[in-house]
Amino acid sequence: MSTVVDKTGFVPDLWQDSPLHTYEELGDASALLLTADMDPELIGPHLEQLSLIVIPFGSSTDGRGFSLARTLREMGFSGHLRARGHILVDQARAAYRCGFDDIEIEDPQAARNPEAQWRSVSQRFDYRNDLLAG
Amino acid sequence: MESKLIMYEYTDFDEAFLRDRITEFRSQIARRLDGSLTEEEFKPLRLMNGLYLQLHAYMLRVAIPYGTLNSRQMRQLAEIAERFDKGYGHFTTRQNIQFNWPKLSDVPDILTALADVGMHAIQTSGNCIRNVTADHFAGAAADEVEDPRITAEIIRQWSTDHPEFTYLPRKFKVAVTASDTDRAVIRFHDIGLRLRRQDGEIGYEVVIGGGLGRTPMIGKVVREFLPKRDLLAYLEAILRTYNLSGRRDNKFKARIKILVHETGLEDLRTRIEANFVQQKRLLPDLDPVKLAQIEAGFRPPAFADKPVTRTLSPAMRAFADINTAPHKRADHVIVTVSTKAVGSTPGDVTSAQMRVLADIALRYSHDELRISHEQNVVLPHVHRADLPAVYDALRDAGLATANVGLVSDIIACPGMDYCALATARSIPVAQDIARAFADIDAQRDIGPLKIKISGCINACGHHHVGHIGILGLEKSGVESYQITLGGDGTEAAEIGSRAGPGFAHDEIVPAIERLIVAYLDHRLDRSETFLETYRRLGAAPMKAALYGGAHDKAA
Amino acid sequence: MTKGFKPKVATANHLIEGDVIYFTSEGWSRRIETAAVARTAEDAEALIEQAGQCPQETAGASLIDVDLSTGIPRPVHFREVFRTRGPSNYFHGKQADHV
Ligand code: HEM
Ligand code: SF4
Repeated sequence: MSTVVDKTGFVPDLWQDSPLHTYEELGDASALLLTADMDPELIGPHLEQLSLIVIPFGSSTDGRGFSLARTLREMGFSGHLRARGHILVDQARAAYRCGFDDIEIEDPQAARNPEAQWRSVSQRFDYRNDLLAG
Repeated sequence: MESKLIMYEYTDFDEAFLRDRITEFRSQIARRLDGSLTEEEFKPLRLMNGLYLQLHAYMLRVAIPYGTLNSRQMRQLAEIAERFDKGYGHFTTRQNIQFNWPKLSDVPDILTALADVGMHAIQTSGNCIRNVTADHFAGAAADEVEDPRITAEIIRQWSTDHPEFTYLPRKFKVAVTASDTDRAVIRFHDIGLRLRRQDGEIGYEVVIGGGLGRTPMIGKVVREFLPKRDLLAYLEAILRTYNLSGRRDNKFKARIKILVHETGLEDLRTRIEANFVQQKRLLPDLDPVKLAQIEAGFRPPAFADKPVTRTLSPAMRAFADINTAPHKRADHVIVTVSTKAVGSTPGDVTSAQMRVLADIALRYSHDELRISHEQNVVLPHVHRADLPAVYDALRDAGLATANVGLVSDIIACPGMDYCALATARSIPVAQDIARAFADIDAQRDIGPLKIKISGCINACGHHHVGHIGILGLEKSGVESYQITLGGDGTEAAEIGSRAGPGFAHDEIVPAIERLIVAYLDHRLDRSETFLETYRRLGAAPMKAALYGGAHDKAA
Repeated sequence: MTKGFKPKVATANHLIEGDVIYFTSEGWSRRIETAAVARTAEDAEALIEQAGQCPQETAGASLIDVDLSTGIPRPVHFREVFRTRGPSNYFHGKQADHV
């Protein structure tokens, strides 16, 4: 079983009834599982139909998902974006800033990293955006 | 006394950010101690905060962005070395300082002491964008287009806690120079930037894919001229391309240099440029207020106009000849303070010496110090009239060794005396070579020569770009040292080539001595340097000196 | 002793101090002389397993080869010899603790 976290803490999974599809078998479904090795450009033509994209993180050192998330947002995806898998508490800030709405972790990790740890992730400083005008 | 602070001062924003990060790391340490973080999970987090585990202890690596320090910061480093370490610090080839003996439980307090003077250890490790380095003569060099630290500071801010680029395939190093004479080794960085002027406009030459390590590569020019305002959009395009396409299956092939090599520059450039077009459209310009603030922080200091009296003693003159470089202003000089006195450890400076350097900087160098990648300390703005006083103060602290750029000005990584990855020691080799050539007149006769030593294939000691490089390896259960010749880290970048079989620990210094004798025998005259002689004659006479053999005709 | 098997001890760095420690029959020690020696492959497996029991005390344990010809365990590899002493450029680390 898994637990969903967002900036407010542990939250109910509002998307548990949306079965995920891989890119190959997407058809006209609205929920996509986008693996880290996929070229996000392929998703372009389907953005309109999608309301949920889940990007799995195989390990906490694999940061491709962050670039994928930002790329999808830059392409105009405005649906729900979820990171799933081995994401450290300390990566939550980066995940939200790259455009993820929430993070789905396995329950054993949720037990080791209780809600308070996720809630205390600081959102205060954002160097990159602070440097840019507007 | 000069009191006007001209150095870029970190803002309240930085200060609060650092406090936040320390609190975060303190809690991470607590979570490691109570078991909610495993060692495996904790390791990347402590590395992200610059904390390594070495052979005998932890090591804390503190960033010195673009190598610039003021006297308060230098004094605080002295204080930290005394309170939490063993009374010294080690300046590295990456413009960092390393403390070799901190305790895990003291680290948050050390970080707090650093934050008190606007310093930190963030992003000195891990697969993120590392401490940005710059020409150590920045702001003082006679030949620069503009102060490269403005660019380096923009990159520092942009890359700090960058949400997208903190879990890259591998570490990422950026260096900036603004001179044609490259003192920042930009061709051996993941990204090297050279400020240049084209049709009256200032912009960048962008070099990517350089690196040392087990597969040394010279960086390639991906963009001849990038307008200044496009800097961040272009960096984001390079980093995005690398983050998505760099190899993650093999850490030895994960640096961007391998991506450049395997994909080919043309292909990669097409991808980067395509992404750049998109980034340029999406990314707003730098906030003009911020930019003005940064630029103001690097305005030149108020140089004094005073007469230069000419009485330099012979010792002083020798020091001035070797350890000073031309300044923008004819009545000033740049003074390089060597950390390589005979028998000392390259890059090591005691707390007492740090305080002397801080005092001298405050009094005679507009409160500025620099750390060079050659592991020396630079006083960038010394008035010629103050040179005797500076010399005296340095000499009294044992810091007036007149060997900059000479045979005993050796770069050496910590090697197996400290580093957990080492295959052999490097410090004792450096010490022994310096002892063998202790005579300073002999050193001056030998002339400019860069010896660089690494304790393993990772090449932290830059051996690939040493005129003479020494790589410490293990062979059949003992230390063995391989010599490379002809490396060059400047704009005439060259990777040294292997001379032949390695030498045992007790054979390496005599081998280096033979090499240098061979050079002296073969050079056209005193004005031909070791590197020039090597380039003219090739490796044969050097190999003959090292290994004997038929083609040996050394007189 | 298993044929061809090199005797081993378990070593690590202390989680807080960071210094070199060795696993003994009574937990971790700063002296290799007191380390528990594994003389067979099975012993070695048990030793590293046991040494790994208390992860809150160490940062990563591993096995190293030792020589027993003097009666006390001495490391075989020069790297491990350095770890019993400290750096060669200063009189710091274990060599200084022992005086
Ligand atoms: C605990 C100590 C250290 C560790 C674990 C370490 C680790 C490494 C590794 C693994 C590499 C190879 C990277 C690659 O090829 O992908 C490397 C490269 C490098 N390190 Fe270190 N290093 C240490 C200390 C130092 C020190 C003290 C310096 C400065 C004196 C330094 C400066 C460099 C430089 C300049 C390179 C080569 C440039 C490059 O290609 O990245 N390192 N280091
Ligand atoms: S070159 Fe090797 S031995 Fe030297 S500091 Fe780097 S990793 Fe350690």
